Amino acid sequence: MRVRGFSIQYIYTLQKECMEKLLEVKNVSKAYGDFKALNNVSIEVEKGSIFGLLGPNGAGKTTLIRIINQITMPDTGSVILDGEPLQPHHIKYIGYLPEERGLYKTMKVGEQALYLAQLKGLSKQEAKERLKYWFDRLEIGDWWDKKIQELSKGMAQKIQFVVTVLHKPKLLIFDEPFSGFDPINANLIKDEILKLRDEGATVIFSTHRMESVEEMCDHIALLDKANKILDGKLVDIKRQYKNNVFEIGLITPNHAATSALLKEKFEVFPATFKSINDELQYKVKVPDSVSTNDFVNYLTSQGQLTHFVEVIPTASDIFIETIQNN
Amino acid sequence: MNHLPLIIKREYLTKVRNKSFIIMTFLSPFIFVGIFALVAYLSSLNNDTNRKISILDESGLFADEFNSTPHTQYKLLKNVSLEEAKKEAETEEIYGLLYIPKTENLDSLSKGITFYSEDSPSLSMMGDINDMLETKVNTLKLKEAGIDSETIKSLHVNISANQETFKGKETSKLGSGLKLAFGGAAGYLLFMFIIIYGNMIMRSVIEEKTSRVIEVIISSVKPRVLLLGKIFGTTLAGITQFLIWVVLILVLMTVVTSVFGIDTAAGSPSQQIIESSVDGGTQQVLHDIMLEINNLPIANLVVMFVLFFVGGYLLYASLYASVGAAVDSETDTQQFMMPILMPLILAVYVGFFTVIDNPHGTVSQVFSYIPFTSPVVMLMRIPFGVPLWQQLLSVVILFGTFIGMVWFAAKIYRVGILMYGKKPTYKEIFKWLKY
Repeated sequence: MRVRGFSIQYIYTLQKECMEKLLEVKNVSKAYGDFKALNNVSIEVEKGSIFGLLGPNGAGKTTLIRIINQITMPDTGSVILDGEPLQPHHIKYIGYLPEERGLYKTMKVGEQALYLAQLKGLSKQEAKERLKYWFDRLEIGDWWDKKIQELSKGMAQKIQFVVTVLHKPKLLIFDEPFSGFDPINANLIKDEILKLRDEGATVIFSTHRMESVEEMCDHIALLDKANKILDGKLVDIKRQYKNNVFEIGLITPNHAATSALLKEKFEVFPATFKSINDELQYKVKVPDSVSTNDFVNYLTSQGQLTHFVEVIPTASDIFIETIQNN
Repeated sequence: MNHLPLIIKREYLTKVRNKSFIIMTFLSPFIFVGIFALVAYLSSLNNDTNRKISILDESGLFADEFNSTPHTQYKLLKNVSLEEAKKEAETEEIYGLLYIPKTENLDSLSKGITFYSEDSPSLSMMGDINDMLETKVNTLKLKEAGIDSETIKSLHVNISANQETFKGKETSKLGSGLKLAFGGAAGYLLFMFIIIYGNMIMRSVIEEKTSRVIEVIISSVKPRVLLLGKIFGTTLAGITQFLIWVVLILVLMTVVTSVFGIDTAAGSPSQQIIESSVDGGTQQVLHDIMLEINNLPIANLVVMFVLFFVGGYLLYASLYASVGAAVDSETDTQQFMMPILMPLILAVYVGFFTVIDNPHGTVSQVFSYIPFTSPVVMLMRIPFGVPLWQQLLSVVILFGTFIGMVWFAAKIYRVGILMYGKKPTYKEIFKWLKY
């Protein structure tokens, strides 16, 4: 049974572990030579959430992810996974799908998946069973004996996804997981990620595709030039970034006169939306002193109100605005 | 989690199953033996050509000296002038004309002898002819001086001092040669092995970078373990191929030589040495060889050969691995090849020049501890007697350096991935080593 897109199980998990942190990155800095890759960055990832790690190219996202994966060590600061400082044995709790990813070209799909799974600590038998489950699930069972070089890029990406999640990690890190997928497969992978989250996994998600951030992330952090410049629940951030702008459609006896009146009273931007009426279309910024109800009353006094929507900033808007202001 | 066996297994299996590896493993011995057979066949073909040489002997002294062989036929000309003989040689496709003028004494005779031919005659044939003339003139001159050549022969002595160690063990000159041969063979084998399989290791290290699987791998495995696994796995694949080659070549050689009846050792220096020593007494030589083999510290040699061979190979393999770790693609590796091979070449030269001269001299001793040269130099020294503690010390240094090199390569590797082709300064490399 699902309630508003969340399974009962997920809501239960949320209630139980609501404030529990799976991952805490505390004051981490990292420099390569003279180049500062991370400057005193801290993030907290709640159990069972999808955490969007955003930022322009070269902001330090990949460095942070590599530090979490123990590929490289922070110069200062610490990382705590599930209550313990990061240790070598933690790698089996993490599944990492890097942005720069590939597979051994001359190996067969099945062999390769088994090898990578065993490196993550699964026994051969266990790995085989789980691979069979996933291969059937993604309908790629007949690829087992193919060589990677015979597969298309999207096909290889599917294998990589399976290998990433196979050992049932507590923490999944996806760096641009949808690149190379056609829309159908991208959707398939998105649904799989959401399902894994519902089953209790925590996901860190780094992407430039803002619509997937919008759809999937509970929490985002924005990095720019090695610094964290924004961090919080996506809804909170949106609330913080909305600035009382409403999109309106109004049928009036005299469009020109009403236009002039609106422009005089409010800050007005042009807007276009699809409509069957011949109406005035505007985005209007309402001052804090005017309540929404008063604004609606004012508009209805001017004519017939056909369209009234609060403009909520998209993740993309927030991204661009924050980076440009930084 | 111990990943090493897993990585070794994968490296070994992917190498061994690789199509070109399989083809080369089984094709190379055939090519090798084929080339050998071809060369043997061609050289026999070369010798088969039948040469005719005419001799115009105006002095009349050499009439009995030239006996025709299967390859060369001599024809004595009589009662013709030099000009006529030349013309005849040219028209009748005779290879050459040996002209011996008539002179008053033997000294001027030896200066007047001339060989005419279409183009420059072969060296070996001229040697034969010169030898024959020389012997004859020598005998004649001795006779002139009133000395019997038989007397000279009987006066000639061969001296070979008996050698004995202070402890009373008999040794022989042959022993030194045998010891050097052992060291030289071991050194050469190591050299070949490194050159053939070092590149394979380097390519294997670059593999993860070109296929971009690297980030997934090093998020599960420590770079040091990965590199060690690659070195061991590739080495095992190399040993497999090498053994197959040795067996196949031996079998094929036996088949080829018996089928085609090629005399493999014909004319080789070793055969000549054995032949000449047979004259001096086969029994004595065999006795010497057995004596020396018994004198060699066989068990010590075998154990140390294995240790130094493996250690030396692994050390150089880790050097190749470091190069692979530092670069992004194989095309960038060329410039690093020379610095790797230099110490190896140095080792072989030091081995051959100083150890022969004095197995326990300062230079030999120093180079038998330096890990990059010790596998060759120490192996050459051991047959001459090196205290066990020195051998062990050298082995420990060798393996210690190997571990150090792998650690170093792993650091470079980890940093190489993260640097996105930026050229690092030495200061930065030093900083990275601390990560």
